[in-house]
Amino acid sequence: MTGWVEQALAEHDRTDRDAAGAPADAGGGAPARTAEGPPGRREQQVLDRIDRARHRRPRIREDRITMAHGAGGKASRTLVEAVFLDAFRNPELERLEDAASVRVGEAQVAFTTDSFVVSPLFFPGGCIGDLAVNGTVNDLAVSGATPLYLSAGFVLEEGLAVSDLTMIVAAMKAAAKSAGVQLVTGDTKVVERGKADGCYINTAGVGLIERGTALGVANARPGDQVIVSGPIGDHGVTIMLARGELDIEADLASDTAALNSVISGLLTAAPGVRALRDATRGGVATILNEIATAAGVGVTVHEERIPVRTVVRGAAELLGIDPLYVACEGRFVAVVAADDAEAALAALHTHPLGEGAAVVGEVTADPPGIVLLRTAFGGTRIVDLLVGDPLPRIC
Amino acid sequence: MRFVDEFRSAGTAHALAARIAELCEPGRQYKFMEVCGGHTHTIYKHGLEDYLPESVTLVHGPGCPVCVIPMGRVDDAIHLAAHPGTIMTSFGDMMRVPGSQGSFFDAKARGTDIRMVYSPLDALKIARQNPDKRVVFMAIGFETTAPSTAMTVLRASAEGLANFSVFCNHVTIVPAIKAILDSPDLRLDGFIGPGHVSTVIGCRPYEFIAGSYGKPVVVAGFEPLDILQSIYMLMLQVRAGRAEVENQYTRVVPYDGNRAALHAINEVMELRPYFEWRGLGFISHSAMAVRPAYRRFDAERLFEIPGVRVADPKACQCGEVLKGVLKPWECKVFGTACTPETPIGTCMVSPEGACAAYYNFGRMNRHRVSEVSVS
Repeated sequence: MTGWVEQALAEHDRTDRDAAGAPADAGGGAPARTAEGPPGRREQQVLDRIDRARHRRPRIREDRITMAHGAGGKASRTLVEAVFLDAFRNPELERLEDAASVRVGEAQVAFTTDSFVVSPLFFPGGCIGDLAVNGTVNDLAVSGATPLYLSAGFVLEEGLAVSDLTMIVAAMKAAAKSAGVQLVTGDTKVVERGKADGCYINTAGVGLIERGTALGVANARPGDQVIVSGPIGDHGVTIMLARGELDIEADLASDTAALNSVISGLLTAAPGVRALRDATRGGVATILNEIATAAGVGVTVHEERIPVRTVVRGAAELLGIDPLYVACEGRFVAVVAADDAEAALAALHTHPLGEGAAVVGEVTADPPGIVLLRTAFGGTRIVDLLVGDPLPRIC
Repeated sequence: MRFVDEFRSAGTAHALAARIAELCEPGRQYKFMEVCGGHTHTIYKHGLEDYLPESVTLVHGPGCPVCVIPMGRVDDAIHLAAHPGTIMTSFGDMMRVPGSQGSFFDAKARGTDIRMVYSPLDALKIARQNPDKRVVFMAIGFETTAPSTAMTVLRASAEGLANFSVFCNHVTIVPAIKAILDSPDLRLDGFIGPGHVSTVIGCRPYEFIAGSYGKPVVVAGFEPLDILQSIYMLMLQVRAGRAEVENQYTRVVPYDGNRAALHAINEVMELRPYFEWRGLGFISHSAMAVRPAYRRFDAERLFEIPGVRVADPKACQCGEVLKGVLKPWECKVFGTACTPETPIGTCMVSPEGACAAYYNFGRMNRHRVSEVSVS
């Protein structure tokens, strides 16, 4: 048998022992793995055991990095926590927010970075250049900061058409202008053909935080309302279709946009905003899970209230994927105190990037750490973090 | 959205649920098996069990294509893919299925050329584009996907393509259902029949379930109301003491199946004397191989393959879950050692696997949840 199965089983037994408060097994009888009692209670015992297992310190089991580590789901989180956070640990990084908030002299500064490796480089509604600027601007904006300066690092593959590069750069220039930020420093590297895929871009950004109270998903409290700023999944589905592997055509464009202006209006109108996150990789579902985990609360959302364009829903149905997990590049999730939810929604509706905003659910005390979905059909299920990429089902 | 929302109407569901509840005899328990993993997925994804009376239990069956692939076949496929100059292609669901040395994803990370495709025809396209490589399609699935594999081989043959082959793992549903009916562990009141398989084979092959075993069968579609209606139809049969094969999915399933698809399968493939199913062991005449006439496209003849049988991890109870004897959460390692991130068993891999469906969608205390979500 392979080593990792034994390892997993040993860990499993340890979880049980820890829960029972029993001393470490000295090679005596096998620990009881099977829960006992009437069915309802037995199921609850299993659920509790799983909950304990989920709170174990994350560890990477794989020998090598797989595509799942980059997909924004559980494997990504394990990688970040087990490798990066473990090595670089400090109170600011531990918050795992979209941007760090650091004191520089008298100023509170938001600082963030993001890399862009999208394929194809150009797609309906934008290109890698738009994403590189908007992505970093948005990470600053959802931290409650006014984005100011960006850096840009380019990794170019030998053979990339100069005309493509100039189009990408022109898009970045336009996006920066529209977001009101300046690109003030940069770097360029070229690698041999085959060592990259056309063009990768890294951007970093700084912004100024002038708001007194810090935003953060850990601030969510039972009773808070959960708002989504517009129809979800446009970007992810656009990219999937642009790859041309699926032979599906649809009238759809990426939602890539800078969110600083709509967010600024929202924060002014609704001081009760507790947290903002832009719904990129892993989609809205991942953010809802981040809220539930960070704040130790439950989140209940209502399927029929979640804004999804018919064309996105149609494509998602065909491909067997859930729009809740599909990436957006110009949408965010807001957690707002109940008293301010109406004001927040009204403020969003006055802005073109928030006109499709809707209250999709609420924060609850119970069950902690779990996201529940009331399905349009009338049932209830949980919405978990995604494992790996959304893989279409085969039949 | 048209053709979707009609099949997910909460109002209709409430009405159907009331009728199902009326048919329940006091003190009696009802157990129905949904054979197909697609049904399992729908049931959990839409929270369908919320509509069922406590006396009606759904048991998840073996009809999940990747769940039944034994470890040895995954090892064989990875060994085959590692031959120099080979490109292995497969459906996305297959990528995370664990063999004894890891999954396709792990092999890919080690440098083996394994690519995800949406259709076997995509694999054919890769073969045309890479004439200097040998392209293999890892064919999996029940009668649902077998016709597309067969059509692909026929097309490769017509084109005279010399660098394309199929590693055939197609299985057939009826022997698996028979194995479950013959198993002493489980007492069922009826079956929700597989919808997609039946678009190919029709409803006749299930007549023995009603005739010889006296169990009702209702072939069902994949929307939640399809399944709820099929449960209602099963309850009507049970109440009336009938055991028949009925077709709820008439908008797609012809009672006699699809002749063209069956003809394609029969042209290219033949039944194997026996085949190993994950957790269920060897079942006779339960899988298909490429016929000798198409040996040029049969990876099992073209490549040296170890063909070693690898025993499932002892802790893994996939077999019991696939047979419906255990509920997913009753498996000893469910959710702790075996999770969707690090699956030990195949039932935790595919979105159609019972364990993955329960873990991802149903891992909650229904009593507590119903208190929370009434709003």
